[in-house]
This record gives sequence, C-alpha cells and structure tokens, in this order.
Amino acid sequence: MTSEPWWKIFYDFTPFTKSIDEGLRSSMSPFWAVTTEMVIVGILFLLFYAVVGLFLVYWERKVCAFIQNRLGPNRIGPYGIFQTVADLIKLLFKELIPIKNADSFLFNLAPYIVIIVNFMVLGAIPFGKGLHAIDFNIGIFYVIAVSSMSVIGVLLAGWSSNSKYSLIGAMRSGAMIVSYELSLGLALITMVILAGSMQLSVIVEAQRTGWFIFKGHIPAFIAFIIYIISGTAETNRGPFDLAEAESELTAGYHTEYSGMKFAFFYLAEFINMFIVASIASTIFLGGWMPLHIGSWEGFNKIMDIIPPFIWYLGKTFFIIYLIMLLKWTFPRLRIDQLLTLEWKYLLPINLVNVLIMAFLVLMGWHF
Amino acid sequence: MEEQVLNTAINEDEPYLINMGPQHPSTHGVLRLVVSLKGETVKNVVPHIGYIHRGIEKMCESLTYPQIIHLTDRMDYLSAHINNEAVCLNVEKALEIEIPERVKVIRTIMAELTRIQSHQLFWASYGMDLGGQTCYFYGLRDREKVLDIFEETTGGRMIVSYSCPGGLMYDIHPNFQKRVNDFIKYFRSILWEYDAILTGNVIFRERTIGIGKLSLEDAVSYGVTGPSGRASGFSCDIRKHDPYSAYDRVKFNEVLFTEGDTYHRYLARIEEMKESMNIIEQLIDNIPEGPYTVKMKPVLKLPEGEYFQKVETARGELDVFIVSDGNKYPFRMKFRSPNFVNLGVLNHISKEFKIADLVAIAGSLDFVIPDIDR
Amino acid sequence: MNSVVQYFKGIADGIWSLLKGMSVTNRYFFSPGKIVTQKYPNNRKDLVMFDRFKGDLIMPHDEKNEHKCTGCGICQINCPNGSIEVISKTITTEDGKTRKAIDKHIYHLGKCTFCALCVKSCPSDALAFSQEFEHAVFNKELLTKQLNKPGSQIMKGV
Repeated sequence: MTSEPWWKIFYDFTPFTKSIDEGLRSSMSPFWAVTTEMVIVGILFLLFYAVVGLFLVYWERKVCAFIQNRLGPNRIGPYGIFQTVADLIKLLFKELIPIKNADSFLFNLAPYIVIIVNFMVLGAIPFGKGLHAIDFNIGIFYVIAVSSMSVIGVLLAGWSSNSKYSLIGAMRSGAMIVSYELSLGLALITMVILAGSMQLSVIVEAQRTGWFIFKGHIPAFIAFIIYIISGTAETNRGPFDLAEAESELTAGYHTEYSGMKFAFFYLAEFINMFIVASIASTIFLGGWMPLHIGSWEGFNKIMDIIPPFIWYLGKTFFIIYLIMLLKWTFPRLRIDQLLTLEWKYLLPINLVNVLIMAFLVLMGWHF
Repeated sequence: MEEQVLNTAINEDEPYLINMGPQHPSTHGVLRLVVSLKGETVKNVVPHIGYIHRGIEKMCESLTYPQIIHLTDRMDYLSAHINNEAVCLNVEKALEIEIPERVKVIRTIMAELTRIQSHQLFWASYGMDLGGQTCYFYGLRDREKVLDIFEETTGGRMIVSYSCPGGLMYDIHPNFQKRVNDFIKYFRSILWEYDAILTGNVIFRERTIGIGKLSLEDAVSYGVTGPSGRASGFSCDIRKHDPYSAYDRVKFNEVLFTEGDTYHRYLARIEEMKESMNIIEQLIDNIPEGPYTVKMKPVLKLPEGEYFQKVETARGELDVFIVSDGNKYPFRMKFRSPNFVNLGVLNHISKEFKIADLVAIAGSLDFVIPDIDR
Repeated sequence: MNSVVQYFKGIADGIWSLLKGMSVTNRYFFSPGKIVTQKYPNNRKDLVMFDRFKGDLIMPHDEKNEHKCTGCGICQINCPNGSIEVISKTITTEDGKTRKAIDKHIYHLGKCTFCALCVKSCPSDALAFSQEFEHAVFNKELLTKQLNKPGSQIMKGV
C-alpha cells in the first residue's frame, strides 16, 4: 500500500477498506470491529443519502427547467446549487400539522418505512471497485425483494391520512407497484440468465469484456427498455405518477403530510430513482466497469484512466436523465391503461424475452 | 350533499363523494365539482358555481356604456377583446353608427389574435391537466408573443380594453403589422412541436380518443357552442353564419368534426388556430386607411328598446342583450356566456368514465371560471 | 393473424410517437440559447416596457413645475371605479379674475382597473400612463397618490 501513489485509491478502494478493517480487528474484538464498521458505513450512507437526495432535487429542477426553456433555480449560490439546501432548512422548520382523525402511529410510521427501504437497497449496490457495503450472493434477489416493500409505506400513508384523495392515491400506487414489480423482476432475471449469477460483484466483473447491453444485444436491449419503464413506474414518477397525480388528486398519498415528513417522501422518491438508475447501470451498463471492448487492449487501457466510481456516477446520471426526460415529456397514463400496458404488453414481451435470452445463452450466441 | 361530502364513513352502497375544488389544480380557478365515485368510476358530477361571482350584470346597470367595456374584459379574460367587441357592436347597432372600415379590420385581427392566444393557453393547460407539464411552458412561451403584440398596441396584456363604442381606444402601433407577420411566421414554424409532444403522442391519444363523447343532438339541446360544439358537428360558428366586423370579407373554413370526443374537441382548437392565422394573413397587409374612431357624443344614451348582439368568442357564443330605457345607463344587461352553458354538459358526458377522464373532459371544455360566475 | 400484426404495429407506432416527443424535449435541453425567461430583478436597468404600457397614472409636469390639468373633473366622471378624486379650489389670477383650479388630484391605485378612460377623455391631455409597474407597498395608504406635485401650477394657455 505504501509503495502506491495516493491517487491509486480512486481506482481501487479494496486496499483502503481492507487496511481499515485490519486496523480495527487488531485493536478490538471481532464483534466490536464489525459493529464499528457498521456504524461507519451507516453514517457514510446517511451523508450520501442527504447529498445525493439534495443534488437530485436540484438536478431535476435544472433538467426540467432547461427542457422547458427556463433557467431553473439560480438565486442561492452559483447557478442556484444551494437552493435545495435552503429548501431543506425551510422544511425542517415547518410545522408538522397533526391531522384530526388520522391514525397517528401509522401516519408517522409511513415515511420511515419508505426511507428504511431506501437504505436497505443502497447497501447492496456496488458504487465502485471496493466500495460495496454488503456483497450478497443473491444480490439481485435481495434488491428486488426489499425495494418492493416501499409500497407498504405508500399504502400506510394513504390509508392513515384519513383523506379521500390520499386513499385513492395509495390504492392506485398499490395496484401499480404490485404489477410492475413483476416485469421489473423478469427484466432483471433476463440478465441474470446471461450473467449466470445473482451476485452483483460477479455481474460487474463479468462485464469486463463488454457491457451486458452489448453482450446480450437484442434481448438485453429489450430488457433494458422494459426495466426503465417499470423502474419509472416503481418510483411513482411521471408518466406513471398516478399515485400523486397532481391534476387529479392534488398530491395523492402525501396530500396530508407537511414539513419534514413530506420531505422524507419527497427525498425517498429521488433516492428511489437513484437506486433504479444505479441498478440499471450495474446490470446493463457494467456498473463501475469502464467501457471495454473485447480484447482491444489499447482501447481498454485508455478507458481505464477514468476512475471506476466516475464511470458509475456517469452511467447512473445518464439513466437518471433518461428517466427525467420521460417524466417531463409525456402526459400521465390512466390507471386502467397503466395496467393494460403491464399485463398486455410488458409482461408477455418480457416472458418471450426471457426465453430468447435463455436460448441465446444456451447456443452461445451472445458476445 | 354538504354533509355527505364531510362524512368520512363509507358504506358499500353510499357514493364516495369527493370535492374537486374550489381549490384544485385542474379546475382552472374556483369551480367546485362534487364528484360521486364508485371505485375510480365517476357516477355523478355536480358543479357548484359562484365562488367568484362579482355581479357584473348588476354593476353594468350603474355604469355608462364606455365604462361597461372594462368590466367585460374580466368575464372571459382569455377572450377579453372579443367581449369588448360584443358590447361595442351592440351599442353601435343601437345608435346606428357607421363604423370605419379600418376599425372593423383591426377589430377582426385583434379578435383572431385573442382566439389564438386563448387556444394556446388551452393547449398549454390541457397538457398539464393530463400530466405533461412541459406543454404548459411551451404554450405560454408562444402565447407571450401574442401578448407582446397586445401590450404594444393597447397597453394591456390580457385585459386589453381596446374597443370602445364608436371605434378603438387608440390607433394600432406602427410596429403592429410587422410583429403580427413575424408571429404568424414563427407560430407556423413551431406548430409541429405541438403535434410531436401532444397530438401525436400515443399516451395522449389513448387518454382522449373516445372519452366524453357528446352527440350532435346533445350538443344542440345543451347549447354547447364554440370548438366544443363544433367537434360534435354542431355548425355554430357565428363568424360564418352571422358575420360581424370584417368576417364577411375573409375566407375561412369552419372547423367541423363529427366524433365529439375529447380528442376532437382538442383538435378543433388546434385547427382553429390555423384558421385564425389564415384570417389574419388575409387582413394584416391591407388594413384600410382612415380614422380609428368615430366622433361620439360625450354622453351615450341608447334609444329606448332592446338590443341584441352575438359574437363568437374563443369558447363559443357570447350574446349581449341590452334593455335601454333611454338613459345613459342600461336598464338591464344580460350576457349569455358560453362557459356557463358548456358547463351544463359536463355531468352528461363524464358519467361512467374514470376520475382521470373527468379531468380530461373538463379540460377539453376549456372553462374560464370568471365567465361562468360573471 | 391480423390482430397480431395490429399488436406489433401498435407497439411500433407508440414507441415512434414517444421518441418524436422526446426528441423535441431533448433538443431543448441541449440548446440553452432558447431560454426565454429573464432574470427579472437583475435586469431592471435594461428592462424596457412598451411605450403604451399602462403602468401607473401620472400627471406630467414640465421643468417649471407646471401641469395641464384644469380641474374640470371629467376624468372623475368617466372613471368607472371611483379611483380619481379631483379637489378644486378657486384662485385669483394676476389680472384680478377668479377661476377654478386644481387643489388636489387624488388617484387611488388600489381601485384602478387601467381602462384608460381618464387619459382618453381628458380634454387637455393632462394625464398619462407611466411605465412604472412595481406597485407593491407595505401600507395600503401608500396606494393613494396625489398626482399634481406640491406647488405646481397650471400651464399657460391651457
């Protein structure tokens, strides 16, 4: 480690994390060492959550402003980058309005469920080489399983608010997430067949010779499109923002929330989008793996100059931009059309796609 | 009804009542719709109006005729100039004044510009009703150009107060013709974006085609006029059937569809913008020379009698009915506002559709609430 | 078979229409030159309103502090909302005649609907609109303005 120059850390975090781990284990018992590591990781995730959440809110506002021929936030700080920080401070000081006749325990619990689910998923995402909190051998399964729990928070919020608009919003959200979970899972399964593993680190490593979207060509591309569509629906974002359709239900399931509790829902929506985008970039675009083309050694060397986590962030933000472009271009679907899209189009195509991918892998027709 | 709305206990056979409005993003103002739902299906819609009733008709009874003009701006604020024109035409008819050709042509151009900006705002807000928020900004961006034309000539952007009995308040600005020509050139070049973003969009078409069908018989019997009526095949364009101002010398098509669904109500407005541009193009380069106003008496007294004038605003037929007792104030003033009549059909066409369709249907009827309440 | 073709044609048409819409928004995202909004309070200095813009009712005074208002009250009669009050007084001119002149020309901005009937009906063109549009004040009384400046006199020959 000492012989390496300090900036090598940006290319591979493994020696760095390993040295911390060894240091901790040498000075305390294994139990306390693991506990300390968990606390450190937890604090880092909290920081990461806040920073990414605030940045995404800012980024979304800028993207939609530029799409709409506007300037967007431009008052606080250069180009308005501190606008969301100011918003956060405002929300922190706002009154939490107690709702008459609301089920206060569930009402207060709901935002935390949404937030906790976010944290649980974040833990399984590889951010860079060696920057990976837990490397499950069933990583994708875990991600799918945990992320579908956020609908409980939404349903609780809508139900416990004791408001008619909230209830309709929550019911829509329930119907939507339950059905889109299916095609989300199947799209990922298509790629699991190609990768032959559910472990996210293995999947990333398998893309050293080329990203899966190029390796699996046609079925991978179809799976990618289906994943983006159903991922957008999973996060309750436009054009699938029926649960909070503002022109129909004012604000849907979080109509009655105010102050910081509203901010939790708001942040969770953005972190959800980040999670969807980072899983897409991990599975389809190679995660932190630089763009490699087969055995072109020279080309691969040049691509390796850019540090892995920059690759990761770049891909993730590209997909986030795609999702935002979807939101700011299209009108909203109706609830029955939403279900039609899922059950009549996405699901059959997806099933056929899984078959094609399995056939492709069997015949070895992928790159 | 009031108690039912507040009551949160829901039985299986009781309707699930929700209040859309008076503060609701998609009612475009302070219209209150009490909607009975079964699941997400709309069973009944009861509009409650009057939240911004200002008593304009009663106020008119204590104002002189030139003073009335500024109140009509505030009825249908998106067709401000056409409302002005309606009262002016009526007063001029009563006084039997011959209006200069120049005034007629300028009034027609301004009326068509008003129609275009009104439909642009319709396009913008309709996109937003359906959840496509970018439409709103593109629509307003283009509408701004029309408003600039208004501002340069009349000094007001929406509330123009440009017509007055006997002519116009001021002559057109020297830049007027150039600006209008520039705008038409610009707007023709940008209209394809409207189609790319909304008209052709598969989600939009799915949301609107076949939704809220209004048959020709119902359109006639409910008295639905304007683009909403013409989408059902009700030939009700007063510019065509009973021409006023300079409409008798221009060639244009009455936009008529037969389907009568939400999509065609939308399409009728898009097509009307194109027709309006045709009308303006025929007139703008040959505005006749002459005075912009007739010398009027300082106090206008209409001879005793009843006077009636109808015009085509951006939303339908506006009728102005004046009863005069020979005084300088009208004895009674009545406006038949298109929005009030069009609102009546909402319950009829939105039954058995989803709550999201209700928003689409209400948006396609293009309400301006101050015109409903007056 | 026909329905299968319809199914796939529907998908292709749908995706094509969505891509068309996305190309428009994407193009605008990458062309910041098309931004139409203005940074309003920052561009106060070079913000030019149209010359006919109806911002605020004023009574133009010349450099000798003279205006054209004769105090006839026609603007007050023509105003539909009662936003103008003309308070006149009788003055004695140098040649010993008494004549009516303006004492105070009160304008209630809060009631004004900018119909321009006062400006149009004024027989001596004493009133005009200014381009001022920032009317927000903290105190309602500030919306009531006196249009003739203190110590001003009527212009000769009006």
